Formats: sequence, C-alpha cells, structure tokens
Amino acid sequence: MKSHVALMAALSVALVGPAAAQTKDANAEFEKFRAEMEESSPAELFEARGEELWKAKRGPNKVSLAESCDLGQGLGNVEGAYVRTPRYFADADAVMDIERRLVWCMVEKQGFKFEDIAKKPFQGANDNNAPDITNLVTYVASGSRNMKFDMPLHDAKVRDAFETGKAMAAYRAGPYDFSCNTCHGTDGKRIRMQNLPNLATSEGAIRGVQGWPGYRMTGGVMLTSQWRMNDCFRQQRFPEPKYASQAVTNLIAYMTGNANGQLYKGPGIKR
Amino acid sequence: MKTLAMISGVAAAVALLAGCAGGPSRSDAEYRQLALDTIKRDFQAKGQAKYDRLTADEVQQACNAHANNPPADLVLKLTGAQFAGIKLPADNSYLGDWKEGEKIAQSGRGFTWSDKATDPAGGNCYNCHQIGPQESSFGTLGPSLLGYGKTRGNSPEMQKYTYSKIYNSKAFNLCSEMPRFGHAGALNETQIKHLVALLLDPASPVNK
Repeated sequence: MKSHVALMAALSVALVGPAAAQTKDANAEFEKFRAEMEESSPAELFEARGEELWKAKRGPNKVSLAESCDLGQGLGNVEGAYVRTPRYFADADAVMDIERRLVWCMVEKQGFKFEDIAKKPFQGANDNNAPDITNLVTYVASGSRNMKFDMPLHDAKVRDAFETGKAMAAYRAGPYDFSCNTCHGTDGKRIRMQNLPNLATSEGAIRGVQGWPGYRMTGGVMLTSQWRMNDCFRQQRFPEPKYASQAVTNLIAYMTGNANGQLYKGPGIKR
Repeated sequence: MKTLAMISGVAAAVALLAGCAGGPSRSDAEYRQLALDTIKRDFQAKGQAKYDRLTADEVQQACNAHANNPPADLVLKLTGAQFAGIKLPADNSYLGDWKEGEKIAQSGRGFTWSDKATDPAGGNCYNCHQIGPQESSFGTLGPSLLGYGKTRGNSPEMQKYTYSKIYNSKAFNLCSEMPRFGHAGALNETQIKHLVALLLDPASPVNK
C-alpha cells in the first residue's frame, strides 16, 4: 500500500502538471496504476464507512436507513440497487438516481434537513473526509459490483426521464454555445489528451458511468456521478444544476439507459 | 374513402407505437420543451455563471430546434446577422505577435463559475485543435491547424477571414461547435490578432 501511495502521489503530479506532461505515456501509466490498484482500491475505505452509516440509527428520528429505506429492491436491500437505478419510486412520485433516493430517505425517514445535506454535498480538495452521502452512495454501489446495468427503461416514467435527459444533453446555450454533446456526442474525439466518450452509444455510455463513485486522484477525493454532472456543467460554462435535482437524474438516466446490459465493476478510480 | 382508411390505419399504428411499452411517449419537440423546463427549474446561478446563460440566443435556438441542421433560409438569415456583427480592427491590421498567440491558445481559462470574472479568458484552442508542432497534447474536436498559413497563404483577405472566423465562427457555419470568441466577449481585438499571427505569420512554428 505504501508503494501505491508513492506512485499515486507521483502520478498526481504528472497528471496535474504542465500540459506537455499529459502525454500518451501518462494515459498508459494511469491504466497500469488502475489495474494495480484494483486489488486494494481506496474506494473500499469509503464503502466501509458507508456501510456503518447505512446501519446506524441516525438523524432526529433515530432510525437506520437499513430499516427504513427502500432503494427499489425491498426495504434495506442494497444488492443490485445501483445498477437498477434511476427508477420510479411511487412514495416520492419521482424518478430518482441512487444519490437522490438516499437523500430522500435521509430527509423523509431519518429527519435530516435537505438544506443541510445540499450545503456541501461533494468532497473538496482540502477536505479530509468525504460527506456522509458520498460514503453511503459508495456502499450502495458496492452492492452492485460485477452486475449488469438494468435500468427499467420499459417503465414509461423512466423512459420520460431518459428522453428528457437526452434532449438536455443536446441543449446548447451559454457564452460558448456548448451542450453536453459538444464534447460527448461523437465517436473518437479528445480534449487535449483526454479521450471523450460518445454518450449516445453503448460503448461510450458505459465509459461515462463506469468507475463512479470513484476515488479521484486529482485532489485525492471520493466523488459520485452527481458530482461528475455538476463539474460537466461548470466546464460547459453553464450555471449549476441543483444538487439531487430531477435535471441530474435525467442525465444519469440517459447515460445509464444507454449502458444497459453492460457490466458495472463497482466503485473505482478516476483521474 | 381510401385515404380515410389509410389515415385511420396510420393513426392506429401510431397509437400502437405510443402505447407500446418501452418507447418514447412524446415527440422530440415535446421532450425538448420538457428538457428546457427542467433546466430552467433545476439550475441556479453560481459565481460568474448567471442564470440568464440558460436562455438560448437566436442562433442557439435555431440549432437546438433543428438538431444543428436548420433550414437553408434560416441559416442564411442568421449567418448574415452574425457576420454583420463582426467588429474588424479599426487600424485594418490583423497580425499580432504569434508568441503571445501561443500563450492564449494554450490557456483554457475563462467563463466557468470557478474562474474569476475579472481574469482574462484564454482561447482554449489546443483543447480542440492541433496547432503548433511542439505541442503533442492537443484535442481533436476541431480540425488540425498545423500548417494553416503555409497552405492558405498570408494575404490580407486570409488575415481578415481568420480574424472573423475566430471572432464569430457562426457567421460562416451557423451550428459550428466552436465558440464565438469575439462576439461572446471572451477575447478582445489584441488577443484575436495574436491568434491570427499564430496561424498565419510565416515566422510562427505553425507554418515551419
């Protein structure tokens, strides 16, 4: 593990260093590193914390999520929940991705305030710990490791979320006229040396959802798909999508639906 | 009568399709509207990225409504209006300093909610284009610009065209993926001149 940390630090420097350092070699080095790290993934630490949080009686109502939260697979069952969301939840009358659903359970079942969770939902580069919600998402995602994505696209409400997400991905606005599709709508393109998945295809969509939640080496932080969507809009020069909103669920539904049938490897490592 | 039967047949087929489990239940236009309503409801201003950025201007609207391929008459009208809005340098000179142009081309800063609004924006050029031969970390969303001036020459017309294209790509190709750097206020006249020099100056490494 010690050598991993040293390698990680060296790679972090290479990856955030001058543009010239971001060569094809860096890509190859990273892939080597990821393969090496799979045995002792840093994500496991966050899974373990998430499991404790899932089982602990918490919040003003002093109930656990394990005894009160249904992620679509029956009360307290996390197995397969990640690869089968976004899905429609009748009690909330909404299509939700896993993070949005967990937030809903924390608010409705445990009595937490949404504003408190949404105040700082993502780990910053200077934060020692990931927020509880990130740990929870990572734990739940680990319950779908090596399962195939199986979002219920046959459900009319899920289909609406998927199609709306698809239309959102094509929406151009802002000072640079960008949409999601500007970067993610064509095969085989790059920004600098970074390969860009075409999210309209099955091969591209799985690259978009694989590895999340992920331990991101840039900054050494644990982050979720909700964060990834947020950061895409930052780079798109858009205003910010509200945390755990329908907008974010729709985009995750668009990607997950296109990745249906492909294998999810569990929480991973990202650059 | 035959047409009526045909129409009702088509209607039945459409109803069948719409009712079929798994298929989209609305038209593309309806989903576009739903997407817009969702964006307007679920996005909020952050830093310099104000809420009004969500509103598409007439060019963006035309491209959004027609999957980046609007009808010819609309293209003609809107490219004309974009072209008319290009502000050319008053001194009629276009070539700045290619070395400054290279720095601008390298910088991807500007306009995100985490950028300071008062800092100058970069050109983001290498994000999408190959330009100088020494830079191997370049994107491929746009065409390679290596040898741009060598193949095109350095005539006053070419200088003016290159300046105009950077200023407003939509004056030439309405739904181009390239930002309108002058029109958007991202790059000023001096910065665009430096970029024109990077692409056209015979001394620039781009043309070596």
